[in-house]
Amino acid sequence: MLAWTIYISFLGAAALALLPPESRRAARLTALLTALAGLAIALVGAAQYERQAPAGALVDLVNVPWIPDPDIGFHLAADGVSITLVLLTGIVAVAGVLFSWNIERRTREFFALYLALIGGVYGVFLSFDLFLLFVFYEIAIIPKYFLIAIWGSTRREYGAMKLALYSLVGSAMVLIGLIAAYVRSGAQTFDLLKLSQFPFPFAFQNWAFLLVFVGFAILAGLWPFHTWAPVGHVAAPTAASMLLAGVVMKLGAYGALRVAMTLFPDGLRAWQNEIALLAVIGIVYGATVALVQRDFKFVIGYSSVSHMGFVLLGLMTLTQIGLSGAVLQMFSHGIIAGLLFAVVGRMIYDRVHTRELSALQPMNLSVLAPFAAVTFVLAGAASMGLPGFSGFIAELQVLVGAWGSFPLLTILAGAGLLVGIAYMVRVWIKAFFAENDLKSGVIQIEPISIPERAGALLLLAATVLIGLWPGLLLNLITPTLHSPLFQRLVKGGPP
Amino acid sequence: MGVRVNTFPLLTILTLIPLLGGGATLFASNQPKLAQRIAFAFSLLALAGAALLWAVFEPSQAGWQFPERHAWVPSLGIDYHLGIDGLGLLMVLLSALLVPFAMLASWKIGQNPKLYFALILFLEAGLFGTFTALNFFHWFLYWELGLIPAFFLIKIWGGPRRTRAANQFFIYTLAGSVTMLLAFLAIFAATGLFDFGQLAQAAQNGGLDNALFAKLGSSLFKSKETLAAVVFLGVFLGFAVKAPLMPFHTWLPSAYAEAPTGTAMLLSGAMSKMGVYGFLRVLLPLFPTQMRAMQTPLLCLAVGTIVFSAAAALAQRDLKRMVAYSSINHVGYCLLGIFAVVRITGDTAAWGTEKAAALNGVMLQMFNHGLTASALFYFVGLIEQRSGGLRGLDDFGGLRKAAPVFCGLMGITLFASLGLPGLNGFVSEFLIFKGSLPLVGWAAAVSTLGLLITAIFLLAILQRVFSGPLQNRWAGWKDLTTGERLTVAPMIALMFVLGICPQILIRVANPAALAMLKLF
Repeated sequence: MLAWTIYISFLGAAALALLPPESRRAARLTALLTALAGLAIALVGAAQYERQAPAGALVDLVNVPWIPDPDIGFHLAADGVSITLVLLTGIVAVAGVLFSWNIERRTREFFALYLALIGGVYGVFLSFDLFLLFVFYEIAIIPKYFLIAIWGSTRREYGAMKLALYSLVGSAMVLIGLIAAYVRSGAQTFDLLKLSQFPFPFAFQNWAFLLVFVGFAILAGLWPFHTWAPVGHVAAPTAASMLLAGVVMKLGAYGALRVAMTLFPDGLRAWQNEIALLAVIGIVYGATVALVQRDFKFVIGYSSVSHMGFVLLGLMTLTQIGLSGAVLQMFSHGIIAGLLFAVVGRMIYDRVHTRELSALQPMNLSVLAPFAAVTFVLAGAASMGLPGFSGFIAELQVLVGAWGSFPLLTILAGAGLLVGIAYMVRVWIKAFFAENDLKSGVIQIEPISIPERAGALLLLAATVLIGLWPGLLLNLITPTLHSPLFQRLVKGGPP
Repeated sequence: MGVRVNTFPLLTILTLIPLLGGGATLFASNQPKLAQRIAFAFSLLALAGAALLWAVFEPSQAGWQFPERHAWVPSLGIDYHLGIDGLGLLMVLLSALLVPFAMLASWKIGQNPKLYFALILFLEAGLFGTFTALNFFHWFLYWELGLIPAFFLIKIWGGPRRTRAANQFFIYTLAGSVTMLLAFLAIFAATGLFDFGQLAQAAQNGGLDNALFAKLGSSLFKSKETLAAVVFLGVFLGFAVKAPLMPFHTWLPSAYAEAPTGTAMLLSGAMSKMGVYGFLRVLLPLFPTQMRAMQTPLLCLAVGTIVFSAAAALAQRDLKRMVAYSSINHVGYCLLGIFAVVRITGDTAAWGTEKAAALNGVMLQMFNHGLTASALFYFVGLIEQRSGGLRGLDDFGGLRKAAPVFCGLMGITLFASLGLPGLNGFVSEFLIFKGSLPLVGWAAAVSTLGLLITAIFLLAILQRVFSGPLQNRWAGWKDLTTGERLTVAPMIALMFVLGICPQILIRVANPAALAMLKLF
């Protein structure tokens, strides 16, 4: 069932390519229907998994031989972690289409690339053959470049190129590591489950882990390799920023967890402290830099670096609660960052054509666009990690896990939380609630459209739903962390 | 634990009333007047709900009443757990009383009344939730839920320096919240518990300190005492900022002074009680060892809060700032009482009586100060409204001649605030001092200085505003209208009733105080 999320996305992309170029409406509808179908399949698949599979089990979806020698299989499978991220992809994909409703230039190509990217992302989250995973990973990166370079804004060629180069360097590192693992194991297979059984010697794990982990983590915005992220986010068109922060950064984090950490657990232990330190530097640094940005979108871009730091910190705790927090934070940040970028890019920038906070200040946007203001206040509260939103329970688990492993870093991360609150309040006030009597009524902007409202409500509903009933996802995530694949990572059970 | 579990979910419903009311106010109507009426109706409904709680509450019954408990996040062992004791009941009732009062005080708010009234209702939901939740997880949700409405109430409807004030208020309070969150996460990492009741059990005989050290002791925290002290200070900071305790109060004067009248009433009347509530509900049961070890510095802070805030009020020229500082001063007495009772004494009945007196005084003071502080802000708001924005101490004079009723009722409130016998403030401050003097004589003795200064500046207000020659420009000063009289009448009546029959409150507070004393 879940495998169809991949197929249908590529089918949708192909269908779009066959449409006549001038039929924008048809292109939009096709994209929306495809994304909705993907989300529906993900939801049904998740429900089926929860009802039928034993808790935390890995369920094979497809496992057929693909290339006989070396033995590469078309192996798709799902466990709670995959399903959580597939759900995230489904939600963000639908919202992204809704927020791209106003794309008029080469609409058909835009959505075709968009759906190809989504298909690649679904593929990564469901692949259990490393070669296949890598193929999907590359499929997700290539459309990204075009989406930014063609439909982007500020310094789009630079941003697109920077993103592409960083991603490609990262994937080259991953590829080297994977091939080395293939050769070293001598098992003639790329299957993750089989390879993860192989006890690689420590000396090998030591460097292979670092190579593969960092290769993936570049895409997750690991400091100091994060610099592509703010630039790329700013250059990208709204839907692409949403996907970039919402799901593509999760590809990195997911790869780091699923591949680097499970293949090389001993190497992981050797580097645990160093990477945790980098993660916390990312949390504090991202938040601090966000505090002084002049461009609204850069604030959100750096906030993504900061929040992804919590994912990486959670991964490094190697406790069940910390890992579960990291996975939940992947979901949560995907939703919240998507929402923030949607407000900044679509609701504001597309209407007033500036993102300079000093230029937004006199516009009195809370009066001009109250819906955008309310959405942004709620999204900002979610991003601060206030309780009631998904970010709270995610960061809570990460920090509980971190207390046991790195007490000093936990306190530093707490300082990062505080700076996170400060930069969000700053943009609340500067962008939306500056003094009321300056220029109000001078400019008029078009009202927030129905697709935008629908997209915003979808994302808000997701973050509040998980914030209030985290069990919906934790019931998927927590048992999975007890499965054989992850068990070796976890030091102790729940506290 | 309570006898009946999962009875009729009265507390959940009570919290939902303002929450739904806020939603209804926002969405129901495009007519501001109608929206205001809807909001007011919901606040009255909530008051009725609180009154029902009061009627059904059994003071003699031990443990949590109206308990509700459901599994919420099973993988983390988090329950949705509600219940109230006498303390919770008093605070719920106070919040429910103040919200309609604040709404009436804001009836003529000019700009976007719909949003204003909806935010007030959301704030009320936060208050109810904070005072009824017994699990940190959702208690913290409500604790923060009150904050965002308060931020926007100050930011959008406040005075000229509102942006700075709102910012300061928000960041300071959240800074405290973050340290508190981190500390609670450390506690959870060590014990796996978020439930206040279970944590209080686990904390008996230093159990919490040992658990923390066993799990989190490391090269950073070499001794049990350091670790426990760090965790204690994290939680402490959250409550100290909120209450506030000097020197963590600096956000308060400008926040109260810039806030619109109705909001200032709720901030000082109800939200500051969240901080004191935290001291009683969380810090006393969980960290008795640390409170004892730090009793002297804590008492110094409380005494400093009492004396310096009174002195600061005396130095102000702005009526609203004076009332704001006086609010810090009155909350300071609560903290004095709380820090006094942690002293280790023999287990004799005499000491028990003193401690119970102090704790009863603290709870009464929370309630009474809520009434008087909000009434004072109401009167200052009326003065500001009539004078076209002026509220300096020296701008007025002789208003008694033009507005005798105004003068009389505000005078009663001022006297209640300075603790005149027969009015409500006297009883609570008397009980606090009666308990504190034998327990911590020096601190209580120095604190009486605060009482004295308070009397001076409150009387100064009365004198400078209402006595002396009437300035010509105020010759046409309007006395209280019928509507205003009716608005404030219930509060004035309560000041007398609670001053004369304090046992109405003590009946509820005393069992809670005795139960708390057993915990440490």
